[in-house]
Amino acid sequence: MSILDPKYAQRIEAAFAKYPDKRSAVMPLLYIAQEEYGYVSPEGIAEVAQLCEMDPTQVKSIAGFYTMYSERPKGKYWLQVCTDLACALRGADQFYDELKAYLGVEEGGTTADGLFTVEHVMCLAACDRAPMLQCNFHYMENLDMEKMKAFIAEKRAEARNGKK
Amino acid sequence: MHILLRARDIPDIHRFDVYVKHGGYEGFKKALAMKPAEVIEEVKASGLRGRGGAGFPTGVKWGFIPQNEPIKYVAVNADESETGTFKDREIMETNPHQLIEGALICAWAIQATAVYIYLRGEFWDIAHELDKRIQEAYDAGFIGENIQGTGWTCHMYTHLGAGAYICGEESALLNSLEGLLGQPRVRPPFPAQKGGGLYKEPTVVNNVETLANVPWILVNGAAEYRKIGTEHSTGPKIFCVSGHVPKPGNYELPLGTTFRELLVDHAGCDPANIKGILPSGGSGPIVRATDEVLDTRLTYEDMAKIGTILGSASVIVMDHTVDMTWVASKVTKFFKHESCGKCTPCREGTYWLDKVLDRILAGQGRPADVELINNVAKNMAGVTLCALGDFAANPIIYTIKNFPEDFAAHVQPKDVEEKPARKAPPRRKEAVAEPAGD
Repeated sequence: MSILDPKYAQRIEAAFAKYPDKRSAVMPLLYIAQEEYGYVSPEGIAEVAQLCEMDPTQVKSIAGFYTMYSERPKGKYWLQVCTDLACALRGADQFYDELKAYLGVEEGGTTADGLFTVEHVMCLAACDRAPMLQCNFHYMENLDMEKMKAFIAEKRAEARNGKK
Repeated sequence: MHILLRARDIPDIHRFDVYVKHGGYEGFKKALAMKPAEVIEEVKASGLRGRGGAGFPTGVKWGFIPQNEPIKYVAVNADESETGTFKDREIMETNPHQLIEGALICAWAIQATAVYIYLRGEFWDIAHELDKRIQEAYDAGFIGENIQGTGWTCHMYTHLGAGAYICGEESALLNSLEGLLGQPRVRPPFPAQKGGGLYKEPTVVNNVETLANVPWILVNGAAEYRKIGTEHSTGPKIFCVSGHVPKPGNYELPLGTTFRELLVDHAGCDPANIKGILPSGGSGPIVRATDEVLDTRLTYEDMAKIGTILGSASVIVMDHTVDMTWVASKVTKFFKHESCGKCTPCREGTYWLDKVLDRILAGQGRPADVELINNVAKNMAGVTLCALGDFAANPIIYTIKNFPEDFAAHVQPKDVEEKPARKAPPRRKEAVAEPAGD
């Protein structure tokens, strides 16, 4: 039945092995669902609910509570820029505005080529290396627009060349 | 020489062999040779206080755990999410075994059956690295069944959050671990008590930096540890310095170091350029950088004397270009986003504070607005289940108190006189009136 189960069996088993009850595995399993579907899709919610023996509504409420679960499809690269106070004092607001303008998207928007989704987030514990962002959960630090333009060009070239 | 940020003295100390070569796990072995209660007494005697922000005496917290319960837990708080805080991250990235060892000593002291390290979701890479380090400790026989022949069994796991500041609050952290919404619990029962902890079992929740102090205390003894710092604030502390500073970063210094030493001597600030300091990230009261403040020692007790807190010691520095109304707005947006929505004063209060601050910053403020937000903030403090309500009130109350001129500049009376009366929007009968002060 489940798409998740055979494909990620080992990781799912490892998640369940950590906790005395199944419900505690809901967060690691939601990450797996997000990885599989590109976002926390209704199918993903249903599968996680079944695996954790929870009601889908409960799983959906967990997914909605946290910012790292996306309830809608995103670009291939999910850029989350910290614009909190400490980063803002080091130019993060301006960096974020320039990045959006360069990509031609609004807050939370995805570029037409489907590659980049941009949004701002709260403190990522990298205040000494601002401006910074998180790209698909990996940190990129001490940034400026030159570095971002190079990164964007590189990812676009990879997409054109059909690289994964 | 560093006690916590040892990677700065010893390259590759994140590796198990290097850590062991430099005395790693000796504190744990020493603890295993002692009775659990003796370990607790040693930590009590050291004066170590919680480094996550609350400053609660660590040994006392351990002592609250009932001894006769069969299942007990240690939950390591690695949710580091306070604006301006990035110390636990450096410990876990560069000196992870010291955290693992500290957590194991705590686990032995309370005879825990498992340790859960709750990392904020954004520490994705760190968590996967930490999993490998934990496995190394398993392989060496420091975690698992019958540890070092004592007959004691204890496991250790990492758990990733998914982006919620509130999960750094201990009871919300436990809820999140259990697969519930990460919202604070009603206390009592407290986490240390039966019924209040993880899966209702007695649980110690300690911050990463707190636990990283423990191996040194076991190896060198409480008396040696007390020689660092002041009488009531013992030991070293990592100060996270960010904002308008030439050299931002983590600085491990003894508690009792002054702001001037930290910011001028270490971080390279010109004291004349500092307007305000947030000593504890977004959540602690802001202070004006007067000479008196700069010469204040960074201790739990001295920070109280200047009307603020040491907290997690995330020092955000602001120069004279900064408008404190903007700071209040930035921090309020943070707490508005991070309020979990459980308690009405925090959920509604942060929303209205943000709305009125936006109005003030847009030049639409009225003189009564400053008193209005002050009033809203004061009505949030102390009336919520967790401290987030207080934290969210602080940036308003203390920016207004310490920088009233910055607010006054936005809300000149003439603005109001010249402004035409607003047309009331159509409302449903039951709609609550906007507390706009008009």
